[in-house]
Amino acid sequence: MNFDFTEEQVMLRDSVERYMREDYDFEKRQAIADSEQGMSAEHWQTFAELGWLSIPFAEQHGGFGGSAVDTMLVMEEFGKGLLLEPYLATVLLFGAALQKSGNQSAQEAIIPGIIDGSCLGALAYLERQSRFELADVKTSAAATADGFVLNGEKVVVFNGANADQLIVSARTSGEQSDENGISLFLVSAEAAGVQRSSFRQMDGQRVANIVFDNVGVAPDALLGELDGGFEILTAVAMEANLALAAEALGIMGQLNAKTLEYTKTREQFGVPISSFQALQHRMVDTFMDYEQTRSLLYRAVCALTNGEEDAVTAIHALKVMIDRAGSRIYGEAIQLHGGMGLTDELDIGHYAKRLMMIITTFGNGDFHQAKFNAIRYN
Amino acid sequence: MDTSFSEQDIVFRDEVRAFFAEHYDPELQGRMANADTFKEAVVEWQRRLHKQGWIAPGWPVEYGGTGWNSTQKFIYESERAAAGVRDVVPFGLTMVAPVIYTYGTQEQKEKFLPRILATDDWWCQGYSEPGSGSDLASLKTKAEVDGDDYIVNGAKVWTTYAQYADWIFCLVRTNSEGRKQQGITFLLIDMKTPGITVNPIVTIDNHHSLNEVVFENVRVPMTNRVGEQDKGWTYAKSLLAHERTGIAGVADSIRNLGEVRKYSEQEINGGKSLAADPMFQNRLSNIEIELMALEYTELRVLATVAAGGAPGAESSMLKIKGTELQQAIQVLRMEVAAYYQGVLPNEMSDEQLGHSFGSKARQAYMYGRAATVYGGSNEIQKNIIAKAVLGL
Repeated sequence: MNFDFTEEQVMLRDSVERYMREDYDFEKRQAIADSEQGMSAEHWQTFAELGWLSIPFAEQHGGFGGSAVDTMLVMEEFGKGLLLEPYLATVLLFGAALQKSGNQSAQEAIIPGIIDGSCLGALAYLERQSRFELADVKTSAAATADGFVLNGEKVVVFNGANADQLIVSARTSGEQSDENGISLFLVSAEAAGVQRSSFRQMDGQRVANIVFDNVGVAPDALLGELDGGFEILTAVAMEANLALAAEALGIMGQLNAKTLEYTKTREQFGVPISSFQALQHRMVDTFMDYEQTRSLLYRAVCALTNGEEDAVTAIHALKVMIDRAGSRIYGEAIQLHGGMGLTDELDIGHYAKRLMMIITTFGNGDFHQAKFNAIRYN
Repeated sequence: MDTSFSEQDIVFRDEVRAFFAEHYDPELQGRMANADTFKEAVVEWQRRLHKQGWIAPGWPVEYGGTGWNSTQKFIYESERAAAGVRDVVPFGLTMVAPVIYTYGTQEQKEKFLPRILATDDWWCQGYSEPGSGSDLASLKTKAEVDGDDYIVNGAKVWTTYAQYADWIFCLVRTNSEGRKQQGITFLLIDMKTPGITVNPIVTIDNHHSLNEVVFENVRVPMTNRVGEQDKGWTYAKSLLAHERTGIAGVADSIRNLGEVRKYSEQEINGGKSLAADPMFQNRLSNIEIELMALEYTELRVLATVAAGGAPGAESSMLKIKGTELQQAIQVLRMEVAAYYQGVLPNEMSDEQLGHSFGSKARQAYMYGRAATVYGGSNEIQKNIIAKAVLGL
């Protein structure tokens, strides 16, 4: 039993850490957030050159063949730097869905482009009414002589506006919330009938609502089995939850460290406010929240890597913890920064807003607690 | 990073499981549950463990430890708790023994360690005093040099199982000058020495496990001093960190939470099992999720220790979180018991009453209040983390 990382993993983590610290400081990050695209093509190209875009992909497609631990390490560092580039959307959602679909020709056609940075992707899985249920799909895909025709609307698609390729969940049979009858389709973002409306979210991410108006795709656009898309979506979402938790942990660590530093320098009544026991104990509480979250993240990553049955349970638990502990940490960070915590100028609020969006992505704490309860107690 | 068990680990787990199933028998457990036979039953159990060679997993092999790695220790502890096996009484085995084998003389090691292993001596801890609780270093029990002896005067309080004890390890003041942490000496005192009085303290669980121990001109040979005079605080501090890691009791809490759930299945609430109530399920999972995390926090600390690090301020976190969760489980068990939480022991048999766990739930809850107080109150633990980890 050990919690050590391999030499390779330490090098990977250190290189991302150094990059975020030296080349992706808060000022540069804000400039990217304010730009037209909301991401930097230049950074993305560098990520490709550094091999970061290849991490989870199989070696046969030119990937690094990395593990959940590798992704965890990278995402934690991205969290610390409040990364805006669509790593989650392109590599961990779009890329993972492609990888899990088992569709060789699509993988061979697309994955090399993801790895070299030329192809941006997005996974269009949400609809206006679906909230956190991946199975709630109204968008339809009707079989025709030439393949399929898609109709419907996907919402809040991460990286939806910048993506070159989309993977879309659509109903091929069954009722609106049935887990069976959902299929995944690879659709070019430029295909006729695809209309994208881009908007900014509070965490600086660019998302899009995408209307599919009689969008025709070829038979080989179907990824995985017909009607069997839900299983792939769920697997992608569970692993994405791990990656998001790692990103959240990076943010939580930054919030705690910056808050501690601030209380040591901020003087009131002639002394640093960090000398007040009332504040010290609150910072101890958030320190413990952080450590407990790290422990649960390790537990979930190990369970997934070992193929343990309770990996899903551990991931649900982790997402509950991210919500509870994360909310306490950003709340305390803002409170202990006093009025400064409310300013847009300071990074504290920006960390808080990204953390809030992570909490709600793929289900908040209550959602995952209900799932956890169903597995453990029913 | 890998937390999977090897084949040898699985073999070891099965061996431990089989041993507990065979040797921790219901007859013995029955005697442990009875105050009149408690001590002899505990001694008997600890001797069975000693015979098996498993009485002191934490000790170095040369003194009688098992030589287990941290995975094996984790497996042993998990299996012990899962089987509902009572943990060993800590005062001799995990509290004073590490101080003796680390700082004691050869003669002290030979005299005390084998008897601790065999539970020939029952130990208790003389730290807190009527005027010294969280501010332990302010202690006033005085030891004055008289020839080759110390003469001890003062009082210790909250002394668990002093009524059974053959020996007490004490912090006493030998010097009042300088910082209060200096001038404290670590003494081993024979409870049969003239001048020692044990006064019982009955706690809110209606039990007697705590005591006040009064020392009036108690003569203690200098050969019973551990380490140097006036340096006892340093020795005690190293021991406190040991005490706190054990205090988390994660494995026991996992078992206890499972038991609460089992009880909840039998309780009917509005025509349905309480276990199926979504609000009750949330109460359970709030605790279970924190426990899942704490189990790994403990493993991370153990891994650090195994790699040569010392259990430092992290053990304070284990203490805080562990005891908070213990109490949360006790609260939940009380709520499952509902009005049966009020039942006093020995008023009526379980069969007559039609209920089995109300009294036990209340006892655990009431005595459980001590957990956030003893071993350095949780507020003191937060001060330790603030200082040692946050640099405040």
